[in-house]
Amino acid sequence: MNDPEQNYLSAGWTVRSWLLTTDHKRIGILYLLSILVFFAIAAAAAAMMRLELLTPQGDLVLSETYNKLFTMHGVLMVWFFLIPSIPTVLGNFIIPLMIGARDVAFPKLNLLSWYLFIIGGCFALHAIVLGGVDTGWTFYTPYSTAYSNSHVLEMAAGIFIAGFGSILTGLNFIITIQKMRAPGLTWFRLPLFIWSMYSTSIILVLATPVLAITLLLMSIERIWGVGIFNPKLGGDPILFQHLFWFYSHPAVYIMILPGLGVVSEIIPCFSRKKIFGYKFVAFSSVAIAVLGFLVWGHHMFVSSQSIYAGMAFSILSFLVAIPSAIKVFNWTATLYRGSISFNAPMLYALSFIGLFVIGGLTGLFLATLAVDVHLHGTYFVVAHFHYIMVGGMVTAFMGGLHFWWPKITGRLYPEKLAQLAAIILFIGFNLTFFPQFILGYLGMPRRVHEYAPEFQLYNVLSTAGASILAIGYLLPLIYFLWSLFYGKKSSANPWRATGLEWKTSSPPPKHNFAETPVVTEDAYEYPPLNEIGEHPDA
Amino acid sequence: MNFPLFPQEASTAAAQTDHIYFALLGLSAFILALVFLPMIFFLFKYRSGKIANRAQLNLPTNKIEVTWTVIPTLIALGIFAWGAKVYFDEEVPPANTLEINVVGKQWMWKIQHQEGNHEINELHIPVNRAVKLTLASEDVIHSFYIPAFRIKQDVVPGRFTTEWFQPTRVGTYRFYCSEYCGTDHSKMQGIVFVMKPQDYENWLARGNVRNTLAQSGENLFRRLGCSGCHVNSNVIHAPPLEGLYEKLVPLSDKTFVRADDKYLRDSILLPTSQVVAGYQPLMPTYEGRISEDELLQLIAYLKSIGKETPPKKP
Repeated sequence: MNDPEQNYLSAGWTVRSWLLTTDHKRIGILYLLSILVFFAIAAAAAAMMRLELLTPQGDLVLSETYNKLFTMHGVLMVWFFLIPSIPTVLGNFIIPLMIGARDVAFPKLNLLSWYLFIIGGCFALHAIVLGGVDTGWTFYTPYSTAYSNSHVLEMAAGIFIAGFGSILTGLNFIITIQKMRAPGLTWFRLPLFIWSMYSTSIILVLATPVLAITLLLMSIERIWGVGIFNPKLGGDPILFQHLFWFYSHPAVYIMILPGLGVVSEIIPCFSRKKIFGYKFVAFSSVAIAVLGFLVWGHHMFVSSQSIYAGMAFSILSFLVAIPSAIKVFNWTATLYRGSISFNAPMLYALSFIGLFVIGGLTGLFLATLAVDVHLHGTYFVVAHFHYIMVGGMVTAFMGGLHFWWPKITGRLYPEKLAQLAAIILFIGFNLTFFPQFILGYLGMPRRVHEYAPEFQLYNVLSTAGASILAIGYLLPLIYFLWSLFYGKKSSANPWRATGLEWKTSSPPPKHNFAETPVVTEDAYEYPPLNEIGEHPDA
Repeated sequence: MNFPLFPQEASTAAAQTDHIYFALLGLSAFILALVFLPMIFFLFKYRSGKIANRAQLNLPTNKIEVTWTVIPTLIALGIFAWGAKVYFDEEVPPANTLEINVVGKQWMWKIQHQEGNHEINELHIPVNRAVKLTLASEDVIHSFYIPAFRIKQDVVPGRFTTEWFQPTRVGTYRFYCSEYCGTDHSKMQGIVFVMKPQDYENWLARGNVRNTLAQSGENLFRRLGCSGCHVNSNVIHAPPLEGLYEKLVPLSDKTFVRADDKYLRDSILLPTSQVVAGYQPLMPTYEGRISEDELLQLIAYLKSIGKETPPKKP
């Protein structure tokens, strides 16, 4: 136990020591491995779709298969990769370290979350193996309840079960952050990643139950024919959309807030400077979480919802853009008079800002009522949310993974190769998704496996970009694996970063800290810089 | 392979939407420049190891934060108002439109003209005339989308929705279903033919239709037995329907309802939900007995007799 060489990885080598672990760090690793499996499957579905869309004719797969591919891609990416990505991997690993705690508040519950996630995931995969689901990830009624001849119920069961894992994770994080901070670590000394994870957790706890209710009601109608959503049974199909988006719009913020938190960690570290406007960045996370609950109707501007409701949702959607803009301005201001180095995490953070700003600005197009009437249901929407979720969240996840890789594994990744991968990802991403904005304004509907010939050029560009994107994802996979065995050993704090997670060894010991740390200063208190950008006093 | 950057602009709404679109593009370019020019400058000037003045300034943080919160908020509200104004105009049809019915079903569009012409996956309309579509679905949710008109409206089963536009250029344009609706969703599309008014008249005449939509509705009205009660109202007590359309109807719960399309639809499918004052809830439901096409024909008939002044009772 007191062996200084002993760390959380060497604390046990048996399968049992992993599958029954209550160590938040090991659970983080379990999540990392499992979400990568789902990512790989969902990415393969996307690759098939992009290949199909090379030509206007539906020539590679049947329309039925295509519909199942995009459903599988959406369901797996949203619920089994993006939502768990940063929270359950980096959040689980880093939150207790960052706040100077030995573990999360409820370690056994934490393990239960992972098992629920895996059971849910098995249901989802089983539904896919049996023949798949063709409703789209949105499960719109009455198609999903009365017309689809696919494995809707089993897929819904998978999402339902995995959702409880999310709720428990959120609960665990809220209580951990609330009760287990080290002495002296007051709210306004917390790293901004903690603020964003706290906001995310609140959404997980409050919104996910609504998804569970919605899927349950849908299943009741599908199994017993109880009229809830199907008008032929006296139900209301628009009610389903209200319920679904009441969860799924906040869920979009589950899929971006953690990314904003990661970037707020990386930017100060690689600028060697305190973040500009700490409180504004912190409260903007809370503002996003709160306002995010009030904008769901912007998915329904053409659904036949009242036009006055449309106006209210439009104005609120414009307002939710403001806190995101505040973050971007503050990050830019942080660079001013800093000492900037371009390690891979920083490249990811910078490319995050670029893609997130484009995603955010195109969100304004969609929040504008009259423009949304044209763009709703087209490729413009597809491009927009991929800029936020892939350009934003996945880029931030990659940045965070590189940033904390030395802490997690005790090894350094190869820097030059990682910088190259970050640049490849940025180029591949833009080539894949930027043409889709143009396609959308031209009027190409989404979720089609055949399209008009005038749309072909942009689809070819997009497919070409996707192949570059694939290289950008495979490269890190290879060098990360390589670094596990051959990477240079990392010191406790290879980035000379602030934050408690860097004060313990890499990889951390089983119980994180030999002694409970005491915090005496604000977050990101980097020493003053001299004129060539070094800390002379440090 | 061609690479269009911009779709055809063929309706009054299209021009208005495009104005906002270009304003948003301009604004986006401005914001991108505002964020990324300084950022790139900082990245270059303050890169590690380069000599630069890095003495920290005591900036008035709060004033800066308030500035870059308030200004974007005001801009956002301005765009909201512009978008909302155009949306309002797009959603509320003007008077004296050309009314056409559209029924969506997996996976085709059926179109009915008042003159009795029917077409499938094609829509013929005259140029420079406001057209109002009444949309109905036989099964799941569809969405009727004409990109060149920048107009879209979901077609929701169990209710009518409407969509209007005024085409400004003669030509042919694609329309799509833009709400995923199952296996052959990709094939659920068609062509809008915007014609000169005279060509449109000729096209209608070439259809050689026997009955107008209202006449077909009248035939249905007899075949389904509606006339048994609603015409010979001295035998079985049922409310008269002449002159009903768009009038206020007194209900048995002492409220009033306007006899619009929604009311007529509900009264046929859910006759006991809104009972006219002074009548018994005797009418059977026609839910499941008539298709959306037939329902629209019946309503066309009710509208046609609705316009006549009702005979005054002595």
